[in-house]
Amino acid sequence: MVAAEPTPPADDLPEPTAEFVFHLYVTGATPNSTRAVRNCKEICELHLAGRYGLLIVDIYQQPHLAQQEQIIAAPTLVRVRPLPQRRLVGDLSDRAAVVAALSLPPAPPLP
Amino acid sequence: MRKKPLAAAPALPRLPKAPTGIDGLDEITEGGLPRGRPTLVCGSAGCGKTLLGIEFLVRGIQQFGEAGVLLSFEETAAELAANVTSLGFDLGALQANKQLRIDHVHIDRAALEETGEYDLEGLFIRLGYAIDAIGAKRVVLDTLEALFAGFTNQALLRAEIRRLFGWLKDKGVTAVITAERGEHTLTRQGLEEYVSDCVILLDNRVIDQITTRRLRVVKYRGSTHGTNEYPYLITEEGFSVLPVTSLRLEHEVSDNIVSSGVPGLDAMFGRGGWFQGTSTLLTGTAGTAKTTLAVAFALAACQRGERCLYFAFEESPAQLVRNMRSVGLDLAPYIASGLLRLEASRPTLSGLERHLVVVHKLIGQFRPQAVVIDPISNLVSVGSASEVRSMLTRLIDYLKVHGVTALFTALVSGSRGLVELAEEGVSSLVDTWISVRDLEGIGERNRGLSILKSRGMAHSNQVREFVVTARGVELLDVVIGPLGIVTGAGRLSQRLQEQAVARAAQFEVDRNDRELERKRRVLEATINNLRTEFESVEEELRRVNDQAQARQQAQDRDRGTLAAGRPSGGPSAPSETPA
Repeated sequence: MVAAEPTPPADDLPEPTAEFVFHLYVTGATPNSTRAVRNCKEICELHLAGRYGLLIVDIYQQPHLAQQEQIIAAPTLVRVRPLPQRRLVGDLSDRAAVVAALSLPPAPPLP
Repeated sequence: MRKKPLAAAPALPRLPKAPTGIDGLDEITEGGLPRGRPTLVCGSAGCGKTLLGIEFLVRGIQQFGEAGVLLSFEETAAELAANVTSLGFDLGALQANKQLRIDHVHIDRAALEETGEYDLEGLFIRLGYAIDAIGAKRVVLDTLEALFAGFTNQALLRAEIRRLFGWLKDKGVTAVITAERGEHTLTRQGLEEYVSDCVILLDNRVIDQITTRRLRVVKYRGSTHGTNEYPYLITEEGFSVLPVTSLRLEHEVSDNIVSSGVPGLDAMFGRGGWFQGTSTLLTGTAGTAKTTLAVAFALAACQRGERCLYFAFEESPAQLVRNMRSVGLDLAPYIASGLLRLEASRPTLSGLERHLVVVHKLIGQFRPQAVVIDPISNLVSVGSASEVRSMLTRLIDYLKVHGVTALFTALVSGSRGLVELAEEGVSSLVDTWISVRDLEGIGERNRGLSILKSRGMAHSNQVREFVVTARGVELLDVVIGPLGIVTGAGRLSQRLQEQAVARAAQFEVDRNDRELERKRRVLEATINNLRTEFESVEEELRRVNDQAQARQQAQDRDRGTLAAGRPSGGPSAPSETPA
């Protein structure tokens, strides 16, 4: 693999100290991507309010990241932290599956 | 051996093709893979699918200046590079030169969760990025079916793969997609449904404990192609599909004559040898001096200053040199000077195709004007009849195209053997066919040689006896007995008989001469007798005549006396009276 690739995403993490760190790789404004972004934000806010960092990467804009991060399907959500890394493909509509796969804490009861 | 793409513009527009640069494959596909379209290469494990793909890329870079992208789903770039280092492909350097890009697509089923709708746009982006980064014209996807292990949504995958092929076409890249062979289908996942332009099938089968790899172009839309199964090999120089020679019969011919190395044999041909660049088959039963004749030919070639390559499938070089020295054929000086090269190997060591490739390679390296294969019948033991036929066709074809004068020996068992060889089609391939055989008589065995055919040249129809002497092979003069040509002890007895007859004839002549002399003497004696008798008769007659004359004179005198009137005439006067 080519070694000299520009800036890995870890460098510009918004909240490097956050407990949960997610990278969401999307393809522009396609319906799947738009849905994924919306779903992701909603799930995170619901289950991890204030405890997470989310980086949304448009692989159309940064195609080298797709290679570097082994992205095949889009959209893909990568749980960078906590380890082990988990990968979810799809628009995250199946929320129960997302919560289970990411081992998210249960949502606080609605007020 | 590698041919440049057909540069001349054909009369009709043809499908543009991207030459692979792979030995033989461009010949079969008549120019290469369809340019700007995907080609499916399918085969079971160990067929060399990945190698074919890599070689397609590397040769594309090295020979045709087309950059390439390899999207590998199974092996990492480092692994791939290590695998092909032994073939002389330096993937690292090509990558550094921005001619090649390898992207390893890692799919880990365990760490992947599907949570809704998705597509494979990530793959497209990666591929597109790699293609655009180096301006690639060639793409290899090895093996795309690994996707099916990573994702569960089959319908989506199929739709995406279909889209991928369409996208590749739009990109205008020549793509090779490899896939595993399925149970009853060409590929396990039915990819052949999506790639409709060109499908190449690789096959790996074991027959009689010898592995043979075969390649077949299943389909090639918009182009004709070789339809057979062609054996192929993975050699030290990469992929090699046979035939590596032309599929057409259009080699140039020579009018030069070369010697067989045996003067007597040369004399049996109308022009004193056989044509340069032709193939000669020398068949015979065991122990009929086939090898000796073959070595004589090789030696003659070396003496003309030609390079000769001798494949010995029965004897080691040292053994051959020693044995041939005993019949006055010394190979050692020519081996030392590099004109003669002996290549010995066991025919069963490898499959037919490998033999053929070895022969090709050595001929390519050594560039000989003469080649001896001793014997080709040993190769027959390696493969089936049809394989041997196709191999020999290719070999002989190859030699002819390169203008190499070739001599093959073949061991046959009696007259049946000749029929077998004829069935194998060898006889129709060669230009000259010489048969050596035992001429078995009472209590002895002799060797006879005859020419069964010789294309384009008058030749003797006689079976000539020959002997192997300390000075090589010598053909003996034809001796014709009462029942045809005789040989061996028969020849000796025939000679003795002839000598006896000659002596008898000489004796007869001498006797006749003596008889004549005797007759002459008898005749002469008779003549003498007759002459003597004649003399005595003559004498007697003369005496009678004298007496008669004397009596006449006496009568005349008496009558004169009477006329003169004298009673008695004196004897002194009768003569004066009439006067």
